[in-house]
Amino acid sequence: MRRLNTNIINAVNSHENSITVNFKFNGKRYKGHKGESLASALIANDIAIVGRSFKFSRPRGIVGHWSEEPNAIVQVGSGAGTVPNLKATQVELYEGLEAKSVNGWPNVNFDLMSISGFFERLMPAGFYYKTFMYPRKFWKTYEKYIRKAAGLGKVPSEPDPDFYEKLNHHCDILVVGAGPSGMLAALQAGRAGARVIIADDQSEIGGSLLYSNSKIKKMSGYAWAKSIENEIRSFKNITVISRCTVFGYYDHNFLTMIERCTDHQSLTSDLGPRQRLHRVRAQSVILATGAFERPLVFANNDLPRIMLASSVSAYINRYAVTPGEKLVVCTNNDNAYKTAFDWKSLINDHVTIIDTRRAVQSEVIERAKAMRIKIIHGHGVIEARGRTRVKSVLVAPLCMSGKEIIGEATEIYCDVVATSGGWSAAVHLSSQTGVKPVWDNEILSFRPGQAVQSQKSVGACNGSFELKECIEDGISVGASEAKRLGFESGKPKQKIDLPETKDEHPTQEVFCLPHFKPLSRAPKQFVDQQLDVTAGSIELAAREGFESVEHVKRYTALGFGTDQGKLSNVNGMAILANALGKSIAETGTTMFRPAYTPTTFGAIAGREVKKLFDPKRYTPMHDWHLENTVEFENVGQWKRPWYFPKSGETMEQSVRRECVAVRNSLGILDASTLGKIDVQGKDAKEFLNRVYTNNFDTLNPGKCRYGLMLKEDGMIFDDGVCACISKDHYLIHTTTGGAANVLAWLELWKQTEWPDLDVFLTSVTDAWATSTISGPNSRKLIQKLCSDIDFNNDNFKFMEWKQGLIAGIEARIFRVSFTGELSFEINVPSNFGLYIWNKLIEAGAEFDITPYGTESMHILRAEKGFIIVGQDTDGSMSPMDMGMDWIVKSKKDYSFLGERSLIRADIVREDRKQFVGLRTLNDKQVLPEGSQIVRSKKQTIPIQMEGHVTSSYFSACLGHPIALAMIKNGHQRMGEIVYSPQSDGSVIELRIVNPVFYDPKGERQYV
Amino acid sequence: MLSIYCPYCNEMRDEEEFSYSGEAHIKRPEKPLELTDEQWGQYLFFRKNPSTLHAEMWNHSSGCRQYFNVVRDMQSYKITETYPIAQFPESLDISE
Repeated sequence: MRRLNTNIINAVNSHENSITVNFKFNGKRYKGHKGESLASALIANDIAIVGRSFKFSRPRGIVGHWSEEPNAIVQVGSGAGTVPNLKATQVELYEGLEAKSVNGWPNVNFDLMSISGFFERLMPAGFYYKTFMYPRKFWKTYEKYIRKAAGLGKVPSEPDPDFYEKLNHHCDILVVGAGPSGMLAALQAGRAGARVIIADDQSEIGGSLLYSNSKIKKMSGYAWAKSIENEIRSFKNITVISRCTVFGYYDHNFLTMIERCTDHQSLTSDLGPRQRLHRVRAQSVILATGAFERPLVFANNDLPRIMLASSVSAYINRYAVTPGEKLVVCTNNDNAYKTAFDWKSLINDHVTIIDTRRAVQSEVIERAKAMRIKIIHGHGVIEARGRTRVKSVLVAPLCMSGKEIIGEATEIYCDVVATSGGWSAAVHLSSQTGVKPVWDNEILSFRPGQAVQSQKSVGACNGSFELKECIEDGISVGASEAKRLGFESGKPKQKIDLPETKDEHPTQEVFCLPHFKPLSRAPKQFVDQQLDVTAGSIELAAREGFESVEHVKRYTALGFGTDQGKLSNVNGMAILANALGKSIAETGTTMFRPAYTPTTFGAIAGREVKKLFDPKRYTPMHDWHLENTVEFENVGQWKRPWYFPKSGETMEQSVRRECVAVRNSLGILDASTLGKIDVQGKDAKEFLNRVYTNNFDTLNPGKCRYGLMLKEDGMIFDDGVCACISKDHYLIHTTTGGAANVLAWLELWKQTEWPDLDVFLTSVTDAWATSTISGPNSRKLIQKLCSDIDFNNDNFKFMEWKQGLIAGIEARIFRVSFTGELSFEINVPSNFGLYIWNKLIEAGAEFDITPYGTESMHILRAEKGFIIVGQDTDGSMSPMDMGMDWIVKSKKDYSFLGERSLIRADIVREDRKQFVGLRTLNDKQVLPEGSQIVRSKKQTIPIQMEGHVTSSYFSACLGHPIALAMIKNGHQRMGEIVYSPQSDGSVIELRIVNPVFYDPKGERQYV
Repeated sequence: MLSIYCPYCNEMRDEEEFSYSGEAHIKRPEKPLELTDEQWGQYLFFRKNPSTLHAEMWNHSSGCRQYFNVVRDMQSYKITETYPIAQFPESLDISE
């Protein structure tokens, strides 16, 4: 066991309050403490190897202690609720937790894939691109094995058993990060009266003070943080949300954050939502996201137990565990000395500091001397040795710049290496707003660029790495932002104690330590451990001509992992800059995009899943459909009857029966979903003249007219029947799916170009229920139910409508037809829809009334060559293309929408695709919709496409298949034989025919 | 997600309530049939693509259903003003 026998005040594992829990890692049972991180428990159990690397299968251990961790990626739990791709450093331990390494087969300690270690040298940057490209068709085979070797966990195959929720917030100030600067910023803004939200991704707020052994006045840093937290929590106007990661920063100060509500309690929990997505709109945003320590790059720096210096301190101070017995600190800065101090005072005397810098007079060196810690100045760790964990390091003297070795190396034995190459500000969120971070050579870090939104960065994420600066920064920005938003700057209730300023000896500009061999020949020097990107491969990319950092990133995969390169980006850029002979500022950085850390899809979906995924729209007759076996089709959000199978019937049989019934006797269709827009006003007629191609001047009350709408480019947009209710009142029908778009389109013209027209548009789709009866017996049926209308053919003509009482209900009856048969559309207020439908079914029994669905409707209209906008047209067809020249009428006063486009050179071109019918020469063959049409059976590549099939069915009434198609110059090619090659290699022979297959003279609808 | 001031509702609302409707201040030619193909094509297809301020139309589609104009910076997405149809912007000269 590697637990310290000590009482450290900030330790979550301090002995009084630790609860022992059982957990499993890679199938073995262990004990840990509730609430500590899985990584801490693994260290306590002396587990060094936690995974295998992505490409080379090298053994890997824990490097960091929070979201920067590149190696310790685990899958937690099993079954439906399993979560892949978590960092062991962020998983809080609970009783019964089960975790597995995501890489390593058959297990992490003995990995068969590591055989590829022998071939490491043969796997350079871009290896996969270069090797598996040829032969092309083998890629599918390669891919299977590469994916198996490269996975980062398995997604569950069952639906997620948990639920998630969303919350919207508006606040004055959102503070991101509750470290020293964030806490003080929130406190000062809160004291001034601003509504503040402070979010922090850890279980406890305090940031770096949770981990470090710092002193503020006479208090420990941890106790000081607790006192600040207590005051923050005393304000009602400050909301503290912990375990909450701000992962996205979008336009106009809109930020998204994920709160992990029950993840730390158990795998599946009935305690509430698993996670909560907060959507925050803030007047001002204060980013206090801190900084990440940067590892130094040296040969074999990926051996387990080579860790960040600050993380070694974190495990000692916060978790009271130790990763080993003998420490080497490898640094180019003062900060890492603290780890040596922590080790010396809490673990043992076995600690050596290797500093790349020459000895100078400085505070930390004095203190180290006083503590009798051995320091080797002007040296660097150039190589680590060991098989499954670090056993020793090679230490060599370096020149002043740290770039060259100037003497013999010596070997130092150790079992932990703490490495520190300085600190990188976490500029991710400010950069997500589109601001390029700026390199600052003084602090060897990027700083946030000039903010474009109402936003400030404070503390370490702004490049202030010193505790006192961070706190002062937080105090002043918190107060000034509150003031800027108009809040009285409150007088501090009590003075805030500040730590002492420390004199620091600057960090040396060393990122990658030299080796006796050149980069390409030295043992691997890892930059991005998660994706196995080495210094050598970055240099190779530069040698191969990649200059842009964005290209190098994609070629080498630098920073592409689930850690998003939190530890590797700056080192990678520095190595690239060096290889290109440029400065880091010139090389620049890659784009930062959301999400900051991996985010659960479930939380983004929230409650909008299953039934609440999308609204469903039901017609008033829906219940009848359900009671009478029906299959539904989704049309937009509508549930429309597709066909009504009788027991034992297939879809094909059912549809044939329905079609024949309509042609021979009587069918009934629920057409309630048809879009209906009520147009009123004294300029209504003028308005319709402008939006339809037809002339409405001659449409009198009681009459209906089929109309076509074009976009300004002359292409068909929608069609439907328009009825004149009275002089200033019309009802227009749109396609089911197009209703909302048509209304928005009409409103656009009414509001922007023609505000002078007196016209009002109202959607009345849901107000009316429509039952369409169609077939030779439809008049007899309606006469049975309606006595106040004379249905005689001379009195109630085709394309007329009348108002009357049907079964006692006021109804509008339209004599229009989409089947080519005698038809009536009966519209009643929605509440009476089901009643009238039942009446019609009842009264129609003697004619064997047959309910039919959209499939039969489609066949019946296709037999007549009637188009469906959106099926036979696709937004690139003019009325002439569809053979509908008759519907385009030039009107005197105002040129209707799209009219001018109909005489554009491209529209009058002869070889445009035109609407035709197709007959297969073999009467048994139904063409697949979407089939391509070609001119000859034996075409050579490139094949000349002549057109495509838009609708295709078997017509039971005609006894043969029919199809509608768009074919080049089709109107002039009647009778010609064309061909349709199919995916199975066969070729279907076709004849181009008139698209009106049934009743070509159109007599049946007039009877 | 943008935060947009609807000049009819007189409130800041989230972008998800609105739909984009293209460049603003495009006037339909009065006599389309008298135009050449090129002139008509200019009206039909050609749109500005500035890297700075741009006047565009939005529709408060899940709100009051009114169309209105927005001047927005195409780089920072900052909105300088919103105003009703038939008015002109203050932050942008649209005369050319």
